[in-house]
Amino acid sequence: MKQFQYQRASTQQGVLETIAKPGTKIIAGGTNLVDHMKHGIIAPDKLVDINHLPLKGITPTKTGLHLGTLALNSVVSEDALVLQKQPLLSMALKAGASPQLRNMATVGGNMMQRTRCTYFYDTTMPCNKREPGTGCGALEGYNRMHAIFGASAQCIAVHPSDMCVALAALDATVIVVGKKGQRRIPFTEFHRLPDDHPELDNHLAKDEMIIGVDIPDNNFAKNSYYLKVRDRQSYAFALVSVAAALDLSGTTIRKVRLAMGGVAHKPWRLFEAEKFMEGKPVSEDTFKQAAQIAMQGAKAYEYNAFKLKLAPASIVEALKHASGLV
Amino acid sequence: MSLQKFPNLYPAKQKPMETEKNHSRPVEESDVKDNSRRDFLKKSALITAAALTPVAAAKAAELHLDERIAGVFEKMPLNVEINGVAHNLMVEPRSTLLDILREQLDLTGTKKGCDLGQCGACTVHVDGHRVNSCLTLGIMVNGKKVTTIEGLAKGNQLHPMQEAFLKHDGFQCGYCTPGQIMSAVACVREGHANSELEIREYMSGNICRCGAYPNIVNAIQEVKEGGLAI
Repeated sequence: MKQFQYQRASTQQGVLETIAKPGTKIIAGGTNLVDHMKHGIIAPDKLVDINHLPLKGITPTKTGLHLGTLALNSVVSEDALVLQKQPLLSMALKAGASPQLRNMATVGGNMMQRTRCTYFYDTTMPCNKREPGTGCGALEGYNRMHAIFGASAQCIAVHPSDMCVALAALDATVIVVGKKGQRRIPFTEFHRLPDDHPELDNHLAKDEMIIGVDIPDNNFAKNSYYLKVRDRQSYAFALVSVAAALDLSGTTIRKVRLAMGGVAHKPWRLFEAEKFMEGKPVSEDTFKQAAQIAMQGAKAYEYNAFKLKLAPASIVEALKHASGLV
Repeated sequence: MSLQKFPNLYPAKQKPMETEKNHSRPVEESDVKDNSRRDFLKKSALITAAALTPVAAAKAAELHLDERIAGVFEKMPLNVEINGVAHNLMVEPRSTLLDILREQLDLTGTKKGCDLGQCGACTVHVDGHRVNSCLTLGIMVNGKKVTTIEGLAKGNQLHPMQEAFLKHDGFQCGYCTPGQIMSAVACVREGHANSELEIREYMSGNICRCGAYPNIVNAIQEVKEGGLAI
């Protein structure tokens, strides 16, 4: 690992003044960043440790719940308020990583984690995300883990987070701060599709930092489910994951939120399928039709065509669990 | 069990500059240039140094550390309690907690497996919580309490989890065992050892290549059912 300078930030202002400089990165849990530095994917000149800022809290607000950016994944997943109000988030967090990593990883860091595409990690391979202009190794390579939605000719990587899939489904808002003040970004618009700039994972500006996430109150707590399909039962990235949240009136679907992981460069919210389901009865038939709508526009590559079947089947399965059909 | 000491591959008093000088070769013009460059580096480094950490700067100058000076200044103080003992160390910011434990403190019980946070062999407790020490920068545990596998036993009396691993044969080659045991202790303390399924889920961050999983689960279940405060 290349030598770097380390600075412990004691104020938010201090962080903002430092991060705008080239070669400077924020470190919180470090679980992904240190990994990247070991792999030689990045070599920052300076790390700003933000762990001493008072941004760890999980607090109720007038309209919902606020998660400080430094709240640990393990703490959020077991927090009484989260379990009561947003069990979907807890389920998603517990499906991610390992207990050790969840004890280190933070909310903001989880959002900022980068793809686990093997071509991104292998510095001897071309990768437009790691080194713009070098090409995409996965496009014609071993692309079993890759995207079926929203990919571009430059990049077919997927965002690896589980937490983010739940937060996208739960209409969360990201709060970021820069020198010009605060800015609120809908969670579904925080991450971006690769287009011609796969090196950019999200819309956070270089001189901004995440300070927290707001989740509005809802009536989904009783009927939520996070389904994660992977190569082994635990501690693996999703082939496909589905966050499903239902607000039911008897057996009628009043509101529904659906998002998928492991299928796109960002948490993939299924707006069209949601719209279709609202007002419909809870039934396997409704879920199957919704899944079909959700799959419109899906495109597979040589090794991930199985996702075209796995994804709709997972949507139906997650909805069945959420609604109590199984 | 006595702690076997491995040869220290990174002796503290290494003098790379002297080694360099031992290469006998005729004096060339480049050497003269080198010297003036060195001189410049020395001066400029000293100016920077004086601005940052005067004491260390003066010390480094005394030792004639030359261009190694930058490296000296990049070391930072780390005050950390490890297994109940306070340590005041100087570490490079890039040193992981794992490397500091193994290379600087000879606490080689904590193992380096993948070194990428994937196998769990390096699991230690920081302020009572299990973490991967290979992904933890040492400098970031400043002011915290670290417990490693060496800190579990009380003298010759093994920790109940260590006893249980022995009794149930919770290992074959043993390389993952320190991490497994640290994780297992945390798993019970966290209240995540209530069933075989839960234990398997909450131990999933520790990979055992020999496949001793059933025995590891049995060991954890026994400790959990024993009800001892561990």
